[in-house]
Amino acid sequence: MVTPLNLKELSKKELRFTAGHRLCAGCAAPTVVKMILLAACDYPVVVASSTGCLEVSSCISTYTAWKVPWIHSAFENAAATLSGVESMYKALKKQGKIDKEIKFIAICGDGGTYDIGLQSLSGAMERWHDMLYVCYNNEAYMNTGIQRSGATPTYADTTTCPAGSVIPGKPQPRKDLTKIMAAHGIPYVAQAAPSHWPDLMKKVRKALEIPGPKFMNIFTPCNRGWRTRTDDAILLSRLAVDTCFWPLYEVEKGVVRVTYKPKEKKPIEEFLKLQGRFRHLFEPGREQLISELQRMIDENWERLLKEEEIFASKEEEKEEVVK
Amino acid sequence: MIGWKQIPPGMVILEAGSALKIKTGSWRAAYKPRWIEENCIQCLLCWLYCPDNAVKVEDGKRQDFDYEYCKGCGLCALECPGKKGNKAIVMEEEVR
Ligand SMILES: Cc1ncc(C[n+]2csc(CCOP(=O)(O)OP(=O)(O)O)c2C)c(N)n1
Ligand code: SF4
Ligand code: SF4
Ligand code: SF4
Ligand SMILES: [Mg+2]
Repeated sequence: MVTPLNLKELSKKELRFTAGHRLCAGCAAPTVVKMILLAACDYPVVVASSTGCLEVSSCISTYTAWKVPWIHSAFENAAATLSGVESMYKALKKQGKIDKEIKFIAICGDGGTYDIGLQSLSGAMERWHDMLYVCYNNEAYMNTGIQRSGATPTYADTTTCPAGSVIPGKPQPRKDLTKIMAAHGIPYVAQAAPSHWPDLMKKVRKALEIPGPKFMNIFTPCNRGWRTRTDDAILLSRLAVDTCFWPLYEVEKGVVRVTYKPKEKKPIEEFLKLQGRFRHLFEPGREQLISELQRMIDENWERLLKEEEIFASKEEEKEEVVK
Repeated sequence: MIGWKQIPPGMVILEAGSALKIKTGSWRAAYKPRWIEENCIQCLLCWLYCPDNAVKVEDGKRQDFDYEYCKGCGLCALECPGKKGNKAIVMEEEVR
């Protein structure tokens, strides 16, 4: 029987990531992991994580928060490690030594995904391993002290792109990794956020049902690195979605679908003003930096809607041909 | 804490969920959540969102907080919808 995605039923399931981990108070990473593992509750899973906050804080010394088989790989190769495990599983299955339907999930930070782990991720996807790779994206290298990554948004202050008189935070645009993964032609790619948990869990479920390589990019607020309060991870996630800073969408077999459209798109200030990493943008004389960010977000959102439209009209054409 | 001689080769940890031995409730610095049952609509969002599994639920029904692990972040209180605008979770000063 498939467990329905409602909290009453899900709360009866075992939590396979326990308390006692040493992630910061209010960190969204454990909440994201909880959502992933609950969505996967009907399966035995094997998880791999690259070095980063989640990995470091969930297996200190002999204490592990994982209740599933879990492998810590090096920073750059979680996808390669997990593709090896998945290949071994396939071989054992062929030999009749194992009959369980096991799912393989990588859960890694943005540094380990966008930057240093990108070649091993790209390879694993291209070799078509049956796995779901999830990036819990907190938009910087948090575990080593908030260094910029390819996922760090423009004008965010980090220790390696400090906002000051020389630069207003990170000068470059963030890399659009979700699109890069979609360009691999893999069957399923999606963006999600924990504030929209039914959407997130449905995407994880869908991904696990599809054979082959899948990728999900999940927005994961980090109060330590973003210089925010410890209670607002979900609020920030909601604002990221409602400002279209973090659009929720999926690309299934090449077809783009936006899974949530804010009724009223909020101005980006509402997301920025709660975070210390953007505080410098509100100093007098820097108004144009915020308008610049707004323009980037608007363009990206418009492009995404257009992409969706192209596929929607193609689907209509197909239907007409059938008629 | 065990000595290095007792650690299995490859730094394998054989006891699943052994982190439960670490009582992170000692991290709570200033604030502590309190549950006001009469305002609770049993939506279980606090259970889902809590990063530290510190909201107990039995048979689909919310129980009290698990102060052994609650780090006092306040996320549950901020997100709690409560009943008719009255929160079912409030943050109060931690007294130790
Ligand atoms: C090859 C290598 N270089 C550098 C490090 C140091 N290091 C450990 S974790 C980390 C940052 C991880 O960033 P990310 O993947 O975004 O995860 P986060 O900590 O932000 O959750 C770095 C640089 C390492 N472990 N291995
Ligand atoms: S630094 Fe950020 S990502 Fe790391 S544990 Fe703390 S809140 Fe979580
Ligand atoms: S979030 Fe608030 S209303 Fe919902 S179950 Fe928790 S305490 Fe009750
Ligand atoms: S204050 Fe934070 S750790 Fe404590 S129960 Fe609420 S969400 Fe969980
Ligand atoms: Mg990171």
